[in-house]
Amino acid sequence: MRIEEHPILGKPEEKKVVGFIHDGIKLTGLEGEPIAVALEAAGVRIHRYTKKQHKPRGVFCAIGRCTDCVMVVDGKPNVRTCITPLKEGMIVQTQYGVAAMESTGEE
Amino acid sequence: MKRYDLIIVGAGPAGLSAAIEAAKKGLKVIVFDENAKPGGQLFKQIHKFFGSKEHKAKIRGYKIGEELLKEASEYGVKVVLNAIVIGLYLDKEVTVKIADEIRHYKGDAVIVATGASENMVTFDGWTLPGVIGAGAAQTMMNLHSIKPGNKVLMLGSGNVGLVVSFQLLQAGCEVAALVDAAPKVGGYGVHAAKVARCGVPFYLSHTIIKAEGEECVTGVTIGQVDKEWKVIPGTEKHFDVDTICLAVGLSPMSQLLKMAGCKMTDTPTGYIPECDETGATSIPGIFVAGDVSGIEEASSAMIEGRISGVAAAEYLGFISKEETDDKVKELEKALFSLREGMFAPENRGKVLEKTEEGIEISRSLLEKGYVEEGEIERFPGVTHGKGIHPVIECTQNIPCNPCQDACPKRCIRIGNKITSLPAIDETKECIGCGMCVASCSGQAIFLVDEQYETGFASITLPYEFLPLPEPGDKGIALDRSGKKVCDAEVVDVKSAKAFDQTHLLTMKVPAEMAMKARFFCSQGV
Repeated sequence: MRIEEHPILGKPEEKKVVGFIHDGIKLTGLEGEPIAVALEAAGVRIHRYTKKQHKPRGVFCAIGRCTDCVMVVDGKPNVRTCITPLKEGMIVQTQYGVAAMESTGEE
Repeated sequence: MKRYDLIIVGAGPAGLSAAIEAAKKGLKVIVFDENAKPGGQLFKQIHKFFGSKEHKAKIRGYKIGEELLKEASEYGVKVVLNAIVIGLYLDKEVTVKIADEIRHYKGDAVIVATGASENMVTFDGWTLPGVIGAGAAQTMMNLHSIKPGNKVLMLGSGNVGLVVSFQLLQAGCEVAALVDAAPKVGGYGVHAAKVARCGVPFYLSHTIIKAEGEECVTGVTIGQVDKEWKVIPGTEKHFDVDTICLAVGLSPMSQLLKMAGCKMTDTPTGYIPECDETGATSIPGIFVAGDVSGIEEASSAMIEGRISGVAAAEYLGFISKEETDDKVKELEKALFSLREGMFAPENRGKVLEKTEEGIEISRSLLEKGYVEEGEIERFPGVTHGKGIHPVIECTQNIPCNPCQDACPKRCIRIGNKITSLPAIDETKECIGCGMCVASCSGQAIFLVDEQYETGFASITLPYEFLPLPEPGDKGIALDRSGKKVCDAEVVDVKSAKAFDQTHLLTMKVPAEMAMKARFFCSQGV
């Protein structure tokens, strides 16, 4: 759902396509864009599950305030994906509570 | 610990403006901002601003942001990004988190321009992925070129809800409905009208009952509320949407000021520091500017920033009291004109029946988002001249006047009072140049030629969507409510640098549709 051309802003600035891993699957995004934007473009909306009730959460404020979109990035939990720039080869994992539990298929 | 004459927290419109004024007076200034880019929310504002020339009216927000950054760099303002100010202590010691380090700075004066954060409302399912803030939608589509969703329901009819709804349409999203629990549209009528004529239905006195979906939003149910804000059973309506956007107000981010010990006060615009007209708080040398001292527009934030920058310069002895007073007086004049009209702070929550001119306000505009055909004729911008002439559907007293200067033939009169409704001077002849159409930030001006051809009228309207229709294209004309009224043919599309991305689309419609048809749609809706 990327915007190819905008009536006011024109064509988006060209950026390099980079690969990253999301829960074991290789995806691509644009270098330097927020991780959350690359995930949205790939159709991924669930970023984490809450610890006690296992409820899904995704992007909410998109400016780094609400922390709803945090994920495990390169092994580090609680990374705000809406303001963290995407880099080639990043490993992005759905966060369960505060950990990157291996995906067991329960989601 | 590094020392600066002035430390500014926040590089948005207020903070940057303050920094520029202070730097002009010779202060050594540093600005900290937690974001990766300066400009605050300005770079997400792609609509043309209201006001007059001195408020940078009819310039799009992101271009104002670019101008501000250029000016800041010309005066040597130092902006440190990715720097979160986490503390403001005695003697104006500021702690800043930069990367994984905490650094200490000392300012002889401090201006807090932290802005505001979005409010939330809770309802069943509000935590589901797909429920987002209106600011998030703006950030995604206008900064990162991605649609926040395909089908969106907007909650909130204030200016943010209205402007973002229009931006969603511009980004290619479908807006299923605009919902507000209040019985009346909260924002400018002209913003509402441009959304309504695109076919977005307004549901006032409605609220969200439930966001549906297990893992993500798949739909939403709304319902009508009574006077006690309780949902009336049997009024539920369902929409298939993948995104719910919340635009339910902003709250000042005043935590640093409370922490510093400034006297605080609870007001209808939020929990804010007590301050005088220059932004001086109860602690000498700590100033505020912008939304942190009460929610307003970016235009007022920029002026408040300039005032506090000057005030800080005087506090530190860089300029005399006389020079300060003169400058502050001049800036305040510009600021006060933005606070006039129907949406003035003192009119918040009031029900106004008449305009300043004594004309009855359109009820339909407040309840449905558009002016009914039967109401439009009573406004001074709507006339039936011979040949081509402007029809100005600007029906509320808002501080805005670019249309008056845009007309080279002086057909449009607002006068000295910036909030007056624009009126047509029928003694002057319209040449159909369209400058007024493009200059109207509210997209409320149309050029109408009621005798374009035998049996046909032409209507020129502002058009900011893609794909841009071409002359010869056939489609349908929509009325002010977004309903199809007749077939239409595009006869002209004008684009010019002076129009700044607003294209002037002229369509030919049956003559009796001259005062009905207000939008063109290429395909059927």
